[in-house]
Amino acid sequence: MLIPHPLLGPRDAQEFTYLGDARLIDRPDGMAEGAGAAFHDYLYLRDNPAGPHRELWYHEHGDRSWLVVTRDTTTHEILGAELVKGPGR
Amino acid sequence: MSYSGFRILREALRGHRGWRPLWRDPEPQSEYDIIIVGGGGHGLATAYYLAKVFGQARVAVLEKGWLGSGNIGRNTTIIRSNYLLPGNQPFYEFSMKLWEGLEQDFNLNAMVSQRGVLNLYHSDGQRDAYRRRGNAMILSGADAELLDRDQVRAMYPFLNFDNARFPIRGGLLQRRGGTARHDGVAWGYARGADRRGVDIIQNCEVTGFVIENGVCRGVETSRGTIRARKTGVAVAGSTGRVMAKAGMRLPIESFVLQAFVTEGLKPCLDGVITFGAGHFYVSQSDKGGLVFGGDLDAYNSYAQRGNLPVMEDVAEGGMALMPMIGRARLLRSWGGIMDMSMDGSPIIDRTPVEGLYLNAGWCYGGFKATPASGYCFAHLLAKDAPHETATAFRLDRFETGHVIDEKGVGAQPNLH
Ligand SMILES: Cc1cc2nc3c(=O)[nH]c(=O)nc-3n(C[C@H](O)[C@H](O)[C@H](O)COP(=O)(O)OP(=O)(O)OC[C@H]3O[C@@H](n4cnc5c(N)ncnc54)[C@H](O)[C@@H]3O)c2cc1C
Repeated sequence: MLIPHPLLGPRDAQEFTYLGDARLIDRPDGMAEGAGAAFHDYLYLRDNPAGPHRELWYHEHGDRSWLVVTRDTTTHEILGAELVKGPGR
Repeated sequence: MSYSGFRILREALRGHRGWRPLWRDPEPQSEYDIIIVGGGGHGLATAYYLAKVFGQARVAVLEKGWLGSGNIGRNTTIIRSNYLLPGNQPFYEFSMKLWEGLEQDFNLNAMVSQRGVLNLYHSDGQRDAYRRRGNAMILSGADAELLDRDQVRAMYPFLNFDNARFPIRGGLLQRRGGTARHDGVAWGYARGADRRGVDIIQNCEVTGFVIENGVCRGVETSRGTIRARKTGVAVAGSTGRVMAKAGMRLPIESFVLQAFVTEGLKPCLDGVITFGAGHFYVSQSDKGGLVFGGDLDAYNSYAQRGNLPVMEDVAEGGMALMPMIGRARLLRSWGGIMDMSMDGSPIIDRTPVEGLYLNAGWCYGGFKATPASGYCFAHLLAKDAPHETATAFRLDRFETGHVIDEKGVGAQPNLH
């Protein structure tokens, strides 16, 4: 698989490590009420869709950026890639 | 239908025109007591034990494709009970005991072969971890032997003992572990269930659940609505997709696992060997092919085929462990979709929807679990209480903190 890195162009997926569902960026507020349940859902539950999936890839053997890659889990076709934005970066 | 030497002779003389299918091909009825979704190993075993042990007769197994089209027909057939944790090991040892009596029980040759499973170690730390694991196995009633380097060399002189980075120092051997014929297991359970009145309905995809006032009353299928008092889902790699139809998000991600087989060779490897340093394991099939595999492709997938980097990695593992494998030509490779759970251990439990039960999270190790998984799921469906060896496989264990994480890697399914 080739991942279209927004800065570096197409890169072999082997240069990256895979973390999983991009919803892991949306970390719940640990101080909020019901944080226990929110963290359970955040850490353990997944949509696990068959079809397009937004997921986190880390360019470990490259520029060490985190990307959100959109990929079809039924065909492995990569539909797009962007840099992770915001404080989670 | 049953087999005998006489029957084979008779059919040989009659052009093999007298063989009949092993099970019926019934039309779905409008209602059953219990519906099992998924005609893989676990679904068929569940139906078999429901009928045979728990006296349930109005049972149907609904399979979207043909019987055995999923992982039951794709795995590398290794059976073992060499787990560490108390939530897991008694269950897998129960499964091993069922394997030992399986062929007599369902009267079909599933080629269960206790040829021994050897896990190699390459460092002092790994040896100590295996010693601990071996003791845990023995405490559960299983067998385990810690071998040193010379003992391993006597068994398998062709291994590369002097790999510069990962020399072989010894191994943990379970002699009762081994292999079985995966298709035979599916057929034996299917025939046994069918004979006891279970309807096995193929080409019948479950497309939704009939949920009335929070209670599951059956399923919607490609062949119409079928009602049931209880519905048990055992769809392995499709778990996320199917349970989403009941509005559930699960602690499961789906990944593809590949396997490989070489051309047929003369007998050269009589047991199962796993490389403790890289991820590689190998055995020789009764047809002579070396059957081997390694890591998952590390990203979510429902594609049922893997990619080249993992093939390369597996081949490197094979060459590091047993260089002679480089002389064999690869015949085929394939992939299957694994329901990887967040702690690497399975789920056999009720769900928040009354009447809907779940059997899932088998990762890449569910073949060995087939008999016990079926037995325990049948127990749960029939009695509404978990079997004594499956009490830890709860769906809510991530919420309560009772995870069963053999490797201690956390909620990262592609690392289990
Ligand atoms: C390459 C590979 C190697 C493996 N090696 C080993 C090994 O050596 N040892 C070991 O213990 N385990 C191994 N495994 C794991 C093992 O094969 C699985 O964990 C186990 O087979 C899963 O249970 P099952 O047999 O019920 O699954 P399956 O056979 O996949 O059954 C699930 C069934 O559900 C059906 N289904 C899905 N969706 C629907 C729907 N909507 N409606 C109706 N039916 C549906 C599918 O068609 C399928 O037939 C391996 C797996 C793979 C892929």
